Amino acid sequence: MMSGLPVPSSRTKDGAIYLDNAATSWPKPPGVAAAIVQFLEQSAANPGRSGHRMSVEAARMVYQAREEIASLFGAPDPLRVIFGQNITDAINLVLHGFLHPGDHVVTSSMEHNAVMRPLRALESKGVSVTCVPCSPDGRLDPQQIEDAIQPKTRLIVLTHASNVCGTMLPIRLAGEIAHRHQIYLLVDAAQTAGVFPIHMEQDSIDFLAFTGHKSLYGPTGTGGLVLGTRVDHELLAPIRQGGTGSRSEHETQPGFLPDRYESGTPNSVGLAGLLAAIRWISSMGVEAIRSHEVNLCNRLLVGLAEIPGITIYGTQSASQQTATIGFNIRGVSPSTAALQLDEEFGILCRVGLHCAPAAHHTIGTFPEGCIRFGLGVFNTMDDIDQALFAIRQIAREVQ
Amino acid sequence: MNASHAVILVDSTSHALRIEKLFQASGLACKLIPVPRHLSSDCGVCVRCNSTDLPLIHQVLDDARAPYHSIEIL
Repeated sequence: MMSGLPVPSSRTKDGAIYLDNAATSWPKPPGVAAAIVQFLEQSAANPGRSGHRMSVEAARMVYQAREEIASLFGAPDPLRVIFGQNITDAINLVLHGFLHPGDHVVTSSMEHNAVMRPLRALESKGVSVTCVPCSPDGRLDPQQIEDAIQPKTRLIVLTHASNVCGTMLPIRLAGEIAHRHQIYLLVDAAQTAGVFPIHMEQDSIDFLAFTGHKSLYGPTGTGGLVLGTRVDHELLAPIRQGGTGSRSEHETQPGFLPDRYESGTPNSVGLAGLLAAIRWISSMGVEAIRSHEVNLCNRLLVGLAEIPGITIYGTQSASQQTATIGFNIRGVSPSTAALQLDEEFGILCRVGLHCAPAAHHTIGTFPEGCIRFGLGVFNTMDDIDQALFAIRQIAREVQ
Repeated sequence: MNASHAVILVDSTSHALRIEKLFQASGLACKLIPVPRHLSSDCGVCVRCNSTDLPLIHQVLDDARAPYHSIEIL
């Protein structure tokens, strides 16, 4: 898919193969590091704080990133793009800023702790939570979402795709359900933003939480929230207050967007990298990136299925999941496998519970967890074949 | 600055940048400048433009429903 363009290598400087893209994507696209360096060297004044040309130039770059994010996600108004530290920050803003004691929330049993921990904290403050069970392959029946709605239900929170086994959740159907019942939908797009088409209007998404450092291929420390057109921001309280560079004569938080939620100096250096990454995604096309990852995922799934003693979790269908594959090797603990993969075969992956105990309960791997290969756009078929060779060797040793 | 300028006061630098992009797309000359102290105590920026462009300025702002605080003639 990338012929004719400089392609960063998925091998580390010592030759290891990086398969941990579901945690943080690596390498980054051409131009991302250069954009960061260029911003630092030429324009890294404080955006939105001063009126001089360098500050304005920095603010212009941040605004451009808002526009590119809005465009990528089908959001009509760039001023409704709220930047924060990462997706956890954005999810916390919605859950703590939108919900009140007495409210009810519907979520799934495949959620990451970025969702579950704030919800459990809110339960102790009088918010009630229904966690709709998913099937052992992680699928969610949208009818069960609708059946879980109560008179006090205010919000549906769903991950777009499992960070453990890649299974996609039916967010568009959930959006239709939410709007039919005049409640709201928050989507955790940590695993999908940039690799799956997301259109907030067509998908009926009210709150879209995204992170920059995974499938958007930007640096860590970037991410945010996009508010859908149905959301009255008066109903979403900021969860931190502070300087915004605006209305400095007042000691109270401004009410307008995006300043209402963006106190403190933003990570403009990171956003310069994220902007370059999103431009790269747009130039490649989300569909082309997805197509490459489906091919990689399919080769890995087919190869794993041929190895005796391997249990694969999730849908086991490349077209119905992200390129994140959870699996185990019979007789080998995930942590032992990870060490062997790293030290003997130079394969870098993540094992354990992946900050998602609910999801591991659902797929039957709690508390041991599983091995996770998170594939990325810069992985190659040779990477997959090398990984399959390693798994075949480890599995053979214990049979 | 001279008498032929108008400034659009905004709540946020982000709002000023949105207006800048709208004006650029419409061929309207503008420049982001620090807010003149006699107009506001805010420490941010505003959008300076030619007062002769005011009819088109109003039209562009209204069409895009771009948020702004006020337009002042200098």
